[in-house]
Amino acid sequence: MTSLQVAAISLAIASVFGLAGAAAKLSSSRVARGVVDVYTTVIRGVPELALMLMVFYGGQTLVNYLVQRAGGEYIEVPAFAAGVLTIGFVFGAYMTETFRGAILAIPKGQMEAAASIGMTRSQVLLRITLPQMIRHAIPGFTNNWLIMIKATALVSIIGLDDMMQRAGLAAAATRQPLDFYLAAAAIYLAITTISILLLSRVEKRFSLGVRKVEFK
Amino acid sequence: MIDFSIIASSMPNFFAGLKVTLVLLVISLATGLVLSIPLGVARVSSNPWIAKPVWLYTYVIRGTPLLVQLFIIYYGFAQIEFIRNSAAWSLFREAWFCVWLAFAINTTAYTTEIIAGALRATPSGEVEAARSIGMSTFDMYRRILLPSALRRALPQYSNEAVGMMHATAIASTVTLVDLTRVARDVYANHLVTVESFGTVAVFYFVLTFSLIGLFRLAERRWLKHLRPQELSHVNEPMVHAK
Repeated sequence: MTSLQVAAISLAIASVFGLAGAAAKLSSSRVARGVVDVYTTVIRGVPELALMLMVFYGGQTLVNYLVQRAGGEYIEVPAFAAGVLTIGFVFGAYMTETFRGAILAIPKGQMEAAASIGMTRSQVLLRITLPQMIRHAIPGFTNNWLIMIKATALVSIIGLDDMMQRAGLAAAATRQPLDFYLAAAAIYLAITTISILLLSRVEKRFSLGVRKVEFK
Repeated sequence: MIDFSIIASSMPNFFAGLKVTLVLLVISLATGLVLSIPLGVARVSSNPWIAKPVWLYTYVIRGTPLLVQLFIIYYGFAQIEFIRNSAAWSLFREAWFCVWLAFAINTTAYTTEIIAGALRATPSGEVEAARSIGMSTFDMYRRILLPSALRRALPQYSNEAVGMMHATAIASTVTLVDLTRVARDVYANHLVTVESFGTVAVFYFVLTFSLIGLFRLAERRWLKHLRPQELSHVNEPMVHAK
């Protein structure tokens, strides 16, 4: 269950980072664009495992440095929070690109038309941009989610009590590593299969009224 | 703030780790590429007895984490009597062999799908033309389908290569001393984050962009026909090399 919790909460965090990142990349502020450019480039250039270790240990040090500065006691950052924040932060970079592409895929005229009939900015966002962005973002979103599910297996390395950790403990206790790791693989396969089926239904739902291109 | 003496003193270790990472990357990608070309051809076969097993293989591998695959091979296979008693055991006992096997199986699955996708994108006229002049299936694949499909696969394959480079960090979990392992050791010895993980991030970052640069060069070479025409060359006299 921990694996699923990690995946679900990381997904929420990644989506928030992704939306904020996409908004910043498309904004007119130079500073915001520059910051997000550095974020997406650096994150996508370094392995998740290395980043996870860096945020896990580095975050620990940083938090305690700040706490000590404020005169507090040493605190242990929980592995769960560190893992979830790291995965969310890392995949937020991938989500940024997905959402940015999805927003760019909406014809600009629609936003202009909405503004011209007097919609406020938030109305344009909620009624025009978001619903269509979701449709364009689903394929990339599905991909990121599938990669993320598999990346959650890495949180066992920073000591989180997830499925891999449990499988490892059970394997050590029973001396039957093959059985337990095969079981873990089967569960991951089930999760990815269900995800693919569900998200293809969501995609159909959001693509109602859009004609599909047919290849002959 | 940053202790450069720690970085400097661990540089030899980092470069040794870089070598391990690069060797892992090259042997995995090379094995994967060699295996995925025939498998990609099998994947698009109209015979379900050939295509379905390949589909199942790529589906299972792409649906499970590489870490699990590696653990099954490295820890799990030791449980099987048959392997422990066979001559292959001396291989399966080695972390290097297990990592290579797991990485090769993994990247082969992804690359097979990339090549299959590129093969499916072949214009049907090319197949008809090859058939109409009486080419055998083997010749058609060798002369027409594969050369163009492998070219079309290049941009996607560059993503897979970068992904595989990042995946090599997983080798650090089974005793191999790659870049990530070196960083973890430096951290464990000195308890400093920036000097350990920051340094390794720079290494990976440079590696990523070198790989992307190499693939850009490859695309320039093999996908030349898809680039927009450079007008300055249009007026130059046509020179026919060869």
